[in-house]
Amino acid sequence: MTQSKTGREPASQAAEQPALLPPVDVIEDAEGITVYADLPGVPKERLDVHIDGEVLVIEGEMGLEMPQEMEATHVEVSLPRFRRVFTLSRELDPERMSAELKQGVLKVRIHKAEHAKPRRIQVNG
Amino acid sequence: MPMDFSLFPRDLYAELERLQRQMQQSFELSPSIRGLARGAYPALNVAATPQSAEVYAFAPGLDPKSIEVQIERGVLSISGERAESLPREDERASVHVNERFAGRFHRVITLTDDLDPGEVRATYRDGVLHVSIARQKAAQPRRVPVN
Repeated sequence: MTQSKTGREPASQAAEQPALLPPVDVIEDAEGITVYADLPGVPKERLDVHIDGEVLVIEGEMGLEMPQEMEATHVEVSLPRFRRVFTLSRELDPERMSAELKQGVLKVRIHKAEHAKPRRIQVNG
Repeated sequence: MPMDFSLFPRDLYAELERLQRQMQQSFELSPSIRGLARGAYPALNVAATPQSAEVYAFAPGLDPKSIEVQIERGVLSISGERAESLPREDERASVHVNERFAGRFHRVITLTDDLDPGEVRATYRDGVLHVSIARQKAAQPRRVPVN
């Protein structure tokens, strides 16, 4: 897994290939934002999570071992690739991002910049 | 695939839905009585080889020990439960997007008669459950020696 552009192929080339849109959960708390993405079949080596300007890019390619002479009889997952892109808001700090992949679920955590954390404003009167 | 051209394009979403239906129909030549279940968890791909049937269940985020795989009367069933990743209500967090499945799931596939329910292997890796069911020896292609 990487946090920079070190995918198997250049992002510009990968962007042209059709990909599935993985389902995600996005949760925000006082400290930052957590993104969970379902990427079944994607091993760590084929996952690419990076921030490009203000855009978070999640890309992954499945690494399933398939027997030879196989003929598909029922297909619900029709492409071996996932991609999803999010525009980040300014209060998030791209330098403070962590990502982990466990049994096909990616968890990305992006912290908020210090100045953007909520603070209680004193009400005078 | 035939396309409709019109001076007044239809609603884009309706058009996308129509395309998706056409895709589905071209993939599934014989829809099951149990329905299409598109968008269900886990998504299933099924393939056939001369020696086996291969089932791939795209079920990310499970504890392998909690997955139940059963074959009964020619029906393969895959069930289990996926934990919720959303915060509890008392936590101070807001959910902006919630698309991922959580809760109990159960999917079934009817097997063909030539499969051997005694010869099944199941592995779970990177969030994909792979069930391989061998064909009965008598149903496998074999070379007949010519004397």
